[in-house]
Amino acid sequence: MPQTNSSAHPADPLPGGAGEALRGRLSAASPAASAAEGACAEAEALARAQAGDHQAFSQLYGLHKRRIYSLCLRMVGNIAEAEDLTQEAFLQLHRKIASFRGDSAFSTWLHRLAINVVLMRLRKKGLTQISLDEAMEPAGEERPGRSFGEQDPALSGAIDRMALQKAIDELPAGYRLIFVLHDIEGYEHNEIADMLECSIGNSKSQLHKARLKLRAALRIHPQGEGRR
Amino acid sequence: MSENGKNIQCAEFQDQLPELIGSGADAGAHPHVQSCELCRALLADLETIAEAARQLFPVVDPPDELWEQIESAIKSEQQTSGTNEKG
Repeated sequence: MPQTNSSAHPADPLPGGAGEALRGRLSAASPAASAAEGACAEAEALARAQAGDHQAFSQLYGLHKRRIYSLCLRMVGNIAEAEDLTQEAFLQLHRKIASFRGDSAFSTWLHRLAINVVLMRLRKKGLTQISLDEAMEPAGEERPGRSFGEQDPALSGAIDRMALQKAIDELPAGYRLIFVLHDIEGYEHNEIADMLECSIGNSKSQLHKARLKLRAALRIHPQGEGRR
Repeated sequence: MSENGKNIQCAEFQDQLPELIGSGADAGAHPHVQSCELCRALLADLETIAEAARQLFPVVDPPDELWEQIESAIKSEQQTSGTNEKG
């Protein structure tokens, strides 16, 4: 499972003001000291939020809103829907925060919770079902070798960011989901298979097809054409 | 299928690619890739796309009013559960 940026283990709050003392010792403004200070602040906010402190919950929101919103945005590619899903993820967090036991880093746990919220939404829309159906298509339909030829050069090595972004946005939802989970978020195929309730082979196959679709899109819209 | 993998066709190699890449194997070391320019280009493109995508998405802030909406939804849920408990 990917470790998130704020992955210092925040499971148990430091007892008896130890966090305060630690912050004092780490007061030098080094990156390590800042990271440790951030972890302490999160651990304290987490403990208080678990006890029902609303202010502490808003602190946790402040610490994690960017990553969760960005994750939702990548997965669905739609701002309004990403906002809605972020709201739902933090509502779920509010309902479940007392059940967090620190078996993993809090940020990892929250990340997974948000992914589940997105998947639930997509399942309601039937999109993951569509993606599985897509994976069952005959492989020959998407085999890139068919389009190869001397007049069909490979990508030049550097990819236009706007063109790639557009190509990802235009991926079918199921392909996009697996592409984002694997290539952007860093989940392994067994974890994706577990989340999507599909086989590991399906996950590999869909990721491959997603990349082939992106490649095809980028060959049609080579560098610069995606920029408007 | 060829015994040594050198003479298999592109189609056959590409059918094996998802498993090959997904398993973390060095697909570039496959005998077919060594002798096939097209499949070598395909692999290079797929790697370039994956690498470019990893650097593509910036981390962005949600709009400020989102917290107000979340706060409001939390209060609404708490009121509902409070009403249910009283009832």
